[in-house]
Amino acid sequence: MTGPGTLDLIVRGIGLLGPGLPSWTDGAARLRDPLTWASAPTVVPTPARLPATERRRAGTVVKASIVVADEACAAAGLDPAQLATVFTSSTGDPLNCHLLCEALATADRLMSPTRFTNSVHNAAAGYWHIATSSRAASTSLAAFDASFAAGLLEAAVQAASTGAPVLLVACDVPYPEPLHAVRPVADNFAVALVIDVPGVSGTPGGIGLRVQHRADSEAPTPCETEALEALRLGIPAARSLPLLSALARHSSEKSAATRVTLESLPGATLTLATG
Amino acid sequence: MPQQPPQPHQPHQPHARRFPISEFTLASALGVGRAATLDALQNASSGLAPQRFETAQLDTWLGVVAGLDDGSLDADFAADLAPFDCRNNRLAALGLRADGFGDRVRAAAARWGAARIGVFLGTSTSGILSTEVAYRHRDATHGALPASLHYGQTHNTYSVARYARTALGLLGPACVVSTACSSSAKVFATAARMIDLGIVDAAVVGGVDSLCMTTLYGFKSLELLSPEVCRPYDAERAGLSLGEAAAFALIERESTAPAGWLLGAGESSDGHHMSSPHPEGAGAAAAMRAALAQAGLAAGDVDYLNLHGTGTPGNDAAEDIAVCAVFGDTLPCSSTKGATGHTLGAAGGVEAAISLLALQHGLMPGGLNRRSPDPTLRAAYIDAARSRTLRVVASNSFGFGGSNACLIFGTAGDFGAR
Repeated sequence: MTGPGTLDLIVRGIGLLGPGLPSWTDGAARLRDPLTWASAPTVVPTPARLPATERRRAGTVVKASIVVADEACAAAGLDPAQLATVFTSSTGDPLNCHLLCEALATADRLMSPTRFTNSVHNAAAGYWHIATSSRAASTSLAAFDASFAAGLLEAAVQAASTGAPVLLVACDVPYPEPLHAVRPVADNFAVALVIDVPGVSGTPGGIGLRVQHRADSEAPTPCETEALEALRLGIPAARSLPLLSALARHSSEKSAATRVTLESLPGATLTLATG
Repeated sequence: MPQQPPQPHQPHQPHARRFPISEFTLASALGVGRAATLDALQNASSGLAPQRFETAQLDTWLGVVAGLDDGSLDADFAADLAPFDCRNNRLAALGLRADGFGDRVRAAAARWGAARIGVFLGTSTSGILSTEVAYRHRDATHGALPASLHYGQTHNTYSVARYARTALGLLGPACVVSTACSSSAKVFATAARMIDLGIVDAAVVGGVDSLCMTTLYGFKSLELLSPEVCRPYDAERAGLSLGEAAAFALIERESTAPAGWLLGAGESSDGHHMSSPHPEGAGAAAAMRAALAQAGLAAGDVDYLNLHGTGTPGNDAAEDIAVCAVFGDTLPCSSTKGATGHTLGAAGGVEAAISLLALQHGLMPGGLNRRSPDPTLRAAYIDAARSRTLRVVASNSFGFGGSNACLIFGTAGDFGAR
């Protein structure tokens, strides 16, 4: 699986927050032994990194994104202020969107300026770069159920293109009703990966990641248990789980390369090899 | 690999890569297509007018695109495309029809293969208007939204790229970039990287953003919506005028007769505030410098700069400091938002198209509506259109969340020769 369109990269740090997955440290152990995983509602802590004003204003998608971004940067041992970022999310801040639509359906249409500011899809990126005083490049993407694959491809391409590490953050949060009925998302889920090119930044360690975009339709790799597979299918950002399971195994032992296909767009396939 | 023509200047980095733009078009309040847009820019016509949109009760000037609801686009939403029918995708359809852009993309698909062409589009609010209207018609008992709402095809942020990819029959990688008002500038950078690394051979880039209650009442709540027509760089500027637009460009690995070249794209963050720019424009200046570095050009190589120039007091002041820091105070520059209105997530694409028109026709568009120049702003702002041979044009786009992008384009003649 080499040739044009194949990118050889390194995962230097991982952050995770999801149902029954309170951190990468804990979650990696669950994913290595998936029968030990039990679903439990995601608890999103308020990240200490956010300044007080931003802490009051930030929604769940911002907080969860910052929590996993911090965990990944700490694991990578890299200064967050220097990292280019790629944020990806199917839905942005769903509660904020619901409250805006509710307000706009009333007669006086009174809107809070903060609510409008938080409605931008790049709110999580904006708060992160404020919190880290970072002027590095940042982009924010969406590709519906393929949002994680789109974000991973963009981050991989940026890292390969610039020769510098890139922080990828994927996060999805449920809508309240009535939007939940038309776009059901099971729970909060956030994952962050620091993706680097091999042998440049000088940081030892990391797990090899070969990324290949292919022009065919291949079924995504499922999770190993029914329960985790339901989680994968229930949240767009959780489409990352087969990759995270492979990374979890490689983070504890040297095993043979694992091949993972992520859910992507019709007609396109994103295939990964770890190790 | 993309074509690498001889360097016309001393390169600032060894391998500046240039990407040919085979085709581009736009539809805005100025009209549909390149000719209508060029004509309006040459004649200092504005698409802005004091008018109301939908049920909004706001006294403001708007740049509304005509013909979205008159039935002329119904055929674009037949059969499988019916669930995509909404104002935002209608605007996209109008843009894809303009100047035969869609047909040009289909020819590129025949050349490269549908799976080798990416779709990277910017939007800020996609088709959220459909959901805003649906919230007025919730079920009285259960609160459910009407079954006529097709969330994934209209409201969801990705919907416009999904629509364009489906309508054009493309199968390559795709996403929406949604970084507020820099969205459809940043897609050029994404496409260039993807082509450079061999992920795709070509990409449809651009942006589509349509008027909706969220942005109208949102900018009103921030007191950034001008009650009169927006007046970028004017001493009495009082905010922005909203517009809507679709803009598209086709970037290919190789092109026999490119309309222009993407020479460089610079991206940065402010890391300062969610809705106010860094007061000295530090992030904006970083984006402009990054674009120059990627293009392998010096500041003095740029002939004209299309400003972000929204007409809010803070934005223009910060951008002016950044522009003067990078380019000095003699580079001719202007904002075209007095003509198009601020088209938000489509603004980067619209102003990329205007930059390409400027290069093709030797036109520096004048900035409209400036009656009393702001003496505190130092950049060489031009009020009236000027004719001059242009080789390099830059375009700034900055957005909420502190997202900055600068694109640099060059003429086909100067950069196209091998």
